[in-house]
Order: sequence, then C-alpha cells, then structure tokens
Amino acid sequence: MLYARLIIMRLLKAVIVLFLIVIFNFFLIHMAPGDPAVVMAGEAGATDAEFLNQLREQFGLDQPLYVQLWNYVSGIATLDFGYSYRQQTPVFDLIMDRLPATLLLTGTAFVMSLGLGILAGSMAAARAKKLSGSLIMALALVFYATPLFWVALMAVMLFSVQLEWLPAYGYYTVGTDLTGFALVLDIGQHLILPATTLALFSMAVYTRMTRTSMLEASQQDYVKTARAKGLAPGVIQRRHILRNALLPIITLAGLQAGQMVGGAILTETVFAWPGIGRLMFEALMQRDYNLLLGIFFFSAALVIAFNIITDLVYGLVDPRIKESS
Amino acid sequence: MNFFARFAQNRGALVGLIILTTIILMAITAPLFFPESPWRMLQRPFLTPFEVDGFPMGTDTMGRNVAAGLMHGAWVSLLIGLVSTTVALLIGLPLGAIAGYYGGLLDDALMRFTEFFQTIPSFALAIVLVAIMQPSVTSIVLAIALVSWPPVARLVRAEFMSLRNREYVEAARLVGQGNTTIILRQILPNAMSPIIVLASLMVATAILLESSLSFLGLGDPNVMSWGYMIGAARTVIRQAWWLSFFPGLAILLTVLALNLVGEGLDDALNPKLSRERS
Amino acid sequence: MNKGNHVTSTTDTPLLSLQDLTIALPKGADRAYAVENLSYDVLRGEILCVVGESGSGKSMAANAIMGLLPEGVRPVGGKAMFAGQDLLSITEKQHRKLRGLRIGMIFQEPMTALNPLMRVGAQINEVFEAHSQLNRAERGAKALELLKEVGLPDPEKAIRAYPFQLSGGQRQRVMIAMALALEPELLIADEPTTALDVTTQAQILDLIIDLQKRHGMAVMFITHDFGVVAEIATRVCVMRHGQIIELGQAKEVLANPQHEYTRSLIEAIPSNIVPEARGAETDTLLLDVKGLNKVFRSNGGLFKPAREVRALDDVSFSLAKGETIGIVGESGSGKSTLGRCIVRLETPDSGTMSLSGTDFMQLNGESLRRQRKRVQMIFQDPYASLNPRTRVGMAIAQGPIANGVPKQKALVQADDLLELVGLANTANRFPHEFSGGQRQRIGIARALALEPELIVADEAVSALDVSIQAQILKLLEDLKQKLSLSLLFITHDLRVAAQICDHIIVMQHGCIVEQGPARDVFLAPQQAYTRQLLEAIPGRPEATEAASRQRGYK
Repeated sequence: MLYARLIIMRLLKAVIVLFLIVIFNFFLIHMAPGDPAVVMAGEAGATDAEFLNQLREQFGLDQPLYVQLWNYVSGIATLDFGYSYRQQTPVFDLIMDRLPATLLLTGTAFVMSLGLGILAGSMAAARAKKLSGSLIMALALVFYATPLFWVALMAVMLFSVQLEWLPAYGYYTVGTDLTGFALVLDIGQHLILPATTLALFSMAVYTRMTRTSMLEASQQDYVKTARAKGLAPGVIQRRHILRNALLPIITLAGLQAGQMVGGAILTETVFAWPGIGRLMFEALMQRDYNLLLGIFFFSAALVIAFNIITDLVYGLVDPRIKESS
Repeated sequence: MNFFARFAQNRGALVGLIILTTIILMAITAPLFFPESPWRMLQRPFLTPFEVDGFPMGTDTMGRNVAAGLMHGAWVSLLIGLVSTTVALLIGLPLGAIAGYYGGLLDDALMRFTEFFQTIPSFALAIVLVAIMQPSVTSIVLAIALVSWPPVARLVRAEFMSLRNREYVEAARLVGQGNTTIILRQILPNAMSPIIVLASLMVATAILLESSLSFLGLGDPNVMSWGYMIGAARTVIRQAWWLSFFPGLAILLTVLALNLVGEGLDDALNPKLSRERS
Repeated sequence: MNKGNHVTSTTDTPLLSLQDLTIALPKGADRAYAVENLSYDVLRGEILCVVGESGSGKSMAANAIMGLLPEGVRPVGGKAMFAGQDLLSITEKQHRKLRGLRIGMIFQEPMTALNPLMRVGAQINEVFEAHSQLNRAERGAKALELLKEVGLPDPEKAIRAYPFQLSGGQRQRVMIAMALALEPELLIADEPTTALDVTTQAQILDLIIDLQKRHGMAVMFITHDFGVVAEIATRVCVMRHGQIIELGQAKEVLANPQHEYTRSLIEAIPSNIVPEARGAETDTLLLDVKGLNKVFRSNGGLFKPAREVRALDDVSFSLAKGETIGIVGESGSGKSTLGRCIVRLETPDSGTMSLSGTDFMQLNGESLRRQRKRVQMIFQDPYASLNPRTRVGMAIAQGPIANGVPKQKALVQADDLLELVGLANTANRFPHEFSGGQRQRIGIARALALEPELIVADEAVSALDVSIQAQILKLLEDLKQKLSLSLLFITHDLRVAAQICDHIIVMQHGCIVEQGPARDVFLAPQQAYTRQLLEAIPGRPEATEAASRQRGYK
C-alpha cells in the first residue's frame, strides 16, 4: 500500500539525514579550536606531552582522517557519543538523563501552540473585517516579533517575582517528597511558564497562517457549492473551510518543530529547566564540544521525529495521498 | 496608484517605517551622543533611570551607561541583520534560480541539499557554528546566513518553476533568447517582489537570532549588543528589571517595525494583478 | 430543431420573476452596475438561456437569486420574486432554506467545485442534512439512486470516491446529482459545460435536458455559446453590458434576431460554415514530419505511482508552403504536444521533422537557438504570453535583437508590426493597458517579427469571447493573404478550424485519426471518432435534427 511505502521512505530518509549530520559533526569537531587532544587534555586538567600522545593514541587521533571518521560513525551507531570530561560522564548518558524534561516541555508547547494558534487564527478569519479580528492579528504580530528569552525573563519578573503565582525555576519543587498526583501537579505548575513562553512564537505563526489559509479556502469554489446546498455557515466553516485550511498548517507544523527545539535552548536556560537545552547552554559555557555536538545531533533527531509525525498525519488527512493507487 | 501611495495605504507599514527610521537614526548618531565606548564604566552600578543626569536609563551591573549601550547596540543589530540577509540571499538566490529554471536532476540534488539544511534546527546549528568558529561579528553573520538561506532558495525555486513555463518565457526562448538573458530579463524581474518581502522579514529574523546568540554569551566580545545587555542582566532581574526591559523592548520594536514594513512592501509590490483577469 | 421546446409551460404565473433588478459593483470597477433594471421571468418547466460574453453581467442575477453575490457586490434596486417572496429582501436564514431545497445550482468548474477532502457520498448527504431530510440509511440509498440517475458508471464505487478520483465530466454529474437531490423547482446552471470537452459537453447537455423533462423543473442556463442555445433553450435572453438586448422564444431569436448584437453573436458561431474547397498556395513542401513519438513519464516519487502517457504515437504529416493545417482534438489528444514538439519547446523521443530540408529535431543548444526564428508560435493565453514588465514594443523587438538586429532598427520595425495588427502607436505601453483581444494581436505581431517560415498557433483564440475570436481569425486570414504565411493551427474547436484551415488533422490519444482537406473532413468524415466530434458540436443543424429525431422515437 502507498501509505506504508510513504512511512518506509520517510524513515529511510531520516536515517540518511542523521548519517549526514554525524559526518557534519565529525568535521565540526575537527574545526573546533585547538588540537582535540589538547582540548581533551585541557578538559581533563593535564597538559604534559606524554599524556597528550597517550590521549592521541587512545582516541585514534594519530590515525588517518578516514579511519577516525569510521571510528566516529561506528561509535555513534552503537550510541557512543564520546565522553564529557567536564562532567566526567559519557555524553549519551547525560543526554538521556535530560531528554524526558525536554520532551515534556517541547511536546506541551507544541500542542499548546498548535491548538491555540488554530483557534485564534480561525477566530481572526471569521472576524476578518472586524476590530476583534484585527486585534488578534496585531497581538500575533507582537508575539511574533518578541525575543523569546526576553518574554521568559519578563514572565518570571511578573508572575513569579511580583505576583508570586507560579514557580520561576526548575522542574519540580526540590526538597519535597511529592508522589503521585501531587507530583504531577507540582511539575505542571513548574511547566506553565516555560511551556507558554516557548509556545508564544509558534502560536503567532500558526495564528497568521490559519487566518491566511482559511481566508483563501473560503474563496474556493467548493465553498460556494456548500452554500448553494443551503448548509449553515458554522458547518461550512468547520467542515469545508477549516478542514482544507489545515493541510498547509500541518506542513508548517513540521517546519516549526525546529523552531521549538531551538527555542527550548533559550527557555530552558532562563527557567533552569533541566532538559537538553539547558545542558547545551552548560556545554557552551564550558566549551565542552563533545557534549555540544552530541546535543546538536539529538536536537536534529528530535526535529526529524516531529517531521515524520506531521508527514504521517498529513498523509492520513489528505485522501489524495491516502487513497491514490 | 504608485508604489509609495500603495505602501502608505497600509497604516501599520507607515508606523513601522517611522520606528525603523528612528532606530537607524539612533544607530547613526550613537557616536555623537555617546562618544565614549559603551563598555566604559562611568558611574556606580545599578543607577535607576533618571537618578543621575546623563543616565536616562540608569547604569548596569558594572556601572556602564545603559542608554549608550542601547544606541550603540542598534548599530550592531541592524548591521548584522542586513549583512547576514545579504549573504543568505547570495547563497539562496542562485541556488533556487538554477534549481527552478533547469529542473531535473540538478534540481533534485540542490533541493535535497536545501532540505538537509532545513531539517537541522537552525538555532542549534547557529550556536554550534559560532561556538566552534569563536564569537565575532564575522562568525555570527556567517552562522546566521548559513541557517537562513534555505527559505530563500525554496521561494526562488518555486517562483522560477512557475515562471519558467509561463507563455512569455516560452516565447522568449522561441525567439532565440539565451538562458542567461531569459533568467535575468524575463524571470527575475517578475520574481523580485516576493523575494524583497522575504528579505525584509529575514532581516527581522536575523536580528532576533543575533540577540539570542548574544544572550547566550555568543556575541562578539568587542561590540555592545542588545542581546548581551539582557544576558548580562539576567541574574539581577530581581534588583534591576530595567536592565533587561529596555534592550528587549528595543529588539521587539525593531523586529516589529521590520515586519510591518515587510507587510507594507507586500501590499505595494503585489497589487491585485491577478484579479485583473476576471 | 430544438430539444427543449417540447415542454410547454403549464401555468401562466412565472416561477421566478426579476423586476427591475439592479446590482451595484464595488467602487473602482469598470462600471457602476453589474446589471441595471433587469427584468425577465423564468416559467415553470422551461429552459431559459441567458446568453452573453464575459463581463455582460449574465451570472450576476443568478448569484443574486441564490444569495451568493461576491463580496462588495450588492443588489440596490428591484425585486426577484420566487414563490411569492422577494429573494432580495428575505433574511440569509430564509435564503438558506431555499438553497438546495427549492433552487439548485451547478457551476462552471467541476474540477474545483467539490471539496477535495470529502467523499462524493458525504457531499451529497450534506444536502439532505442541510434541510433535515431523510435518516442516515435513506440518505445513503438516495445518494446512490441519484448517482445512478445522472449516469455515473459504477455508482457504488463512485459514492465512496474522492473527487480527485473522478474525471471532469464525472464530477459535473456529481454536481448535478447534488443540485437535483431535493427535486428543486428551479435549477440554475452557470456555464456548466464550458470547461468540458465537446463530447462530454454534449453528454452533459443531454443529461440536463433529460432530467429537466423528467422532473419538470425550470432551468436557467447561463452560457456564452449560442450553439448551446440552439441545442436546449425554450426561450433566450441576450445580455450585454448589464442590460437585456433581446428576449424571446429561442427559435424566433435564432432564426430572426432583431438586434444587431445578437445577429453578430449568432454569426460569430461558425457552426453552419462548411469550409470552402481550398488548395495550398504552392506545392513546395515546407514541413515534413515523420514518425514523431513522445512519451511523458512521471517519476512517481512518494505520493504518486510512476505513470506513462503516450502523448504522440507515430505522427506523420506534411505541410506545403502557404498552407494552413488545423490540428483538432480533445484535451489529452496530444495536439498541443505536437505543436510544442514542432517549435521545439518539447523534444520528441524519436522521429524527424524537416523544415525546408533542415532536420529540426537534430538541432541542439546554440545551433537550435540560432535556427529558432524560423518557427514561431502564437500562444493561448493572452494574459500570460506577455511579460507584464516589458513594454509591448520591446516585447516584439526582443526577437530580432536576440538575432542580431540593432535595437533601434528592431524597435522601428516593432512599430510597423503593431500598425499591421491594428495597434498603431502603442509601442510604449505595458501589456496590462490592453484588452485580451489586443494582447493576442501583440502576440501575433511578436510571432511575425522574425519573419518565420512557419507559425504554430496553439489554441490562439480559445481564451477569447466569440466576437473577439471572429476579429482575430479575420486578422489571421488577412495576414495569411498579405504575407503568404504557413500556419499550423491547433484547436479543440472544430468550428474555428473550419473557418481558417485548408487541411485538417484529427487527433485522439496521441494518434492521427483522420486527415484530409477541410471540406472533406467536414462533409464526409471517414472515421467514427471524427463523426462523433462533429455531432457533438452544439447547435450544428444536422446533429440537432438527428438527435431530436432519435429522441422522438423514445
């Protein structure tokens, strides 16, 4: 069946892209300032020549470039992303430790931005000629133009420092032994500010796109047909206009996934959210290149996963893909 | 109706143009108002706005003049926004034009390449690139350009693909015009307006990217920038909120203004020509 | 002569009565009112044809009746009485109750008139749902019955199909099924056959006549084509610039048009023209095409399976100097591909094409570019064939300039050519300052600028109104005489071909089905397909007579 073929092709493509990123990573490491051995030695806190040579040998740095590339690629194939000397832990373990928090944050923000964006966009489209419609669009434009890290800071300032409504930092309240529902509630409270902040930009994008797409769809001939049938405006809006307008938004959502992952770096930094974004900031501060590139690889993988999901959803929604034979 | 009249019909675009002009003036006149380097410590730290004459926005954690930083920062933001967009256009335009005009295997190859760059999360890539190349205006410009050219290539390709089969382009081929002439004289002028609009929005995005990089400490250590000011004041937000508030507002206004101008350009450059047919 | 006029009106009260209807256009339109003081009735059981060229306002009244006027366009005066109420003054909610239930409507573009994401069955069910009729099971059964009635092959499959799985004609049948679902008293058909091939058009017209008779409903049929009027109308209303020019029984108007404009419209339809016997001017062979083949392959990729379309299948013909050959066929017959191969916008897979001895198919790259001036083309779409940012004088001069003529000289020559096509002193204008017909003249001037040996005209008049069509055809005829042009005239419209061609080639599925002198092909077609094409032309006297005779026996 064609849909199955679509899935297989999509996964195959993902593997190729990830492979290319690994190669890209390898060359970036070699571009990093200084001899990798010197860097490693620096990270380990030793600089004598013998130790350097020992390191070179241990990590195969004295071998030709292609052998090093092979070692690197085969290492990653077995989930060996190298060692972070600063944190004295394998990169892979560090990332796995932080991944769930990032998935929670980006996932929540993704769903939130999509839901609210489509809602606001359809409202703006329905009120295209009215003041309320223009207001929604003006607000969307402001969110679109606001630097994410700044909103995050201002949100902390307003909701945590001034109003004391919500916790400003972290994943859950440290030092309490919450379990079950209480823990979920606690994490939820901590999640509200970062997720909302992270969602704002994408939400603005979806709002604008939904409005444009719906206004365009409402000009289509099939809408006139629907009206000629005597259907109620609400039904036309939902069944004919919105459903068709959603197709380009699904495509857009795939592209926005990258934005989400990038935004998570800033959001997690401001809110001290213990995800891979925060980890990336730490790696950056310590110039921990192995860790930095490991995270880079994982963030790309995350984006690809989002992309595959949106592609598959698109395939399910559009009969031209689902049923063509 | 001429270009400017159509542009002025969009009131938001006019407001955007006014804000943008103000910011450009700020950038140009910064050395006149604040000839001193914005990095110099001039007063005691944490002055609140208007506490001392000559420090309308107070001083930062190191006693530097916030107002001076703000005006000098405008220069960096605009410069990096413009230059990186130009570089991104220089990469994306020829690639998109070639892919769209010639099609076939060349197009396939170029588009796979573009898609690859589009899949990589752009901000993460920019961070990695700047970190590895070491922060400087050049590395920041290059990193931003490298992550922002794919949309240009895609747009140009789409325009070229739809225009290359337009009857007037086929007519030009039939009368014996060469490919270069056709690309430059028949297609490019008709593809320009969406590219100009995209470029104005890209300057805005580039400014946001630059400020985000500087916020994370990846700014050029020799130039004062808005993102750096916010990043430096992050830890003291409870004591001195204005240190992060004003630079953020400046970024917001600049990006907003560029978007408004972009929308105005869109209105002015793409009058409802297509409607003319019915 | 006429299929529609068997049905006589049953009562004297009109079903729909327009009284002094005036519809205002938004500011900045080319005129203040779309229609002004429009008055006509639609009687029960009749087919009223509203005829006019584009911009005549013929569709506006229909949209006002349906409450579907485009934004900014609104009725400002008069009444539209339907079943005792004025459609212009009722609320949107009351209007909605009439739409689909008592007034049905079908549109011009079947390709876009159905929601691409919904199954055909679901879209028909919506009509019942909108008016709260029938339960779920009954709706499905009724939808199936409707699809059977409109003659869709395999209705069980069609009901579960998505629109993209149906052809244009099939989609139009679905539209008709939807419009008829609740047995409306009035069916409004807005150019329902314009986007279809001739043979499909004939089938849809037959279907509408058949259904109209069976259900006894009134039909308001909007068209630009007097041929269609002759085929189906009981009465006809001719419109121009938003006003009625002539209104009367179709038979009388056709036989004895009172108004000059009506007469010109009827004459502009070359349906009755039998081509004169014409020979080639000379016997010198100009173009000799042998064994042309072209297959289009789509690679398929992710979403589509790979497909092959044989666009040209061993096509051979020849053209003498000064001769005009018409290539006729329906969409997908390969006629356009043939034209594009001959001007080398496409490259055929195999075959030869010799132009006064040079094998054009062997040329490539730079040598092709230098020889291109020998064969020029007139394009279909006058709006897309001129670069919107190039002044028309320059557009014409670009060809000679590309071939080495100095710019000044080429521009002077362009002035002369514009004068030749009847557009003197316009070289400094931009294309948007011209009408469609004028742009087509500019396109002709551009093709002439290089003094080509052969001109290929690809559907060169198809996008134009009939009266403009006639003018352009006349211009081409004049130029042919004056410059002894050799012309390859590609068209889907046999009537147009009959007017201008010496020789006709009929194509189907990439093959030449029949070729011969125009007069022979018209009067004594040898192949069944050619006969079918000729009979499908609406308003052709023999065809109509034969058809009504046939119907009489039923």
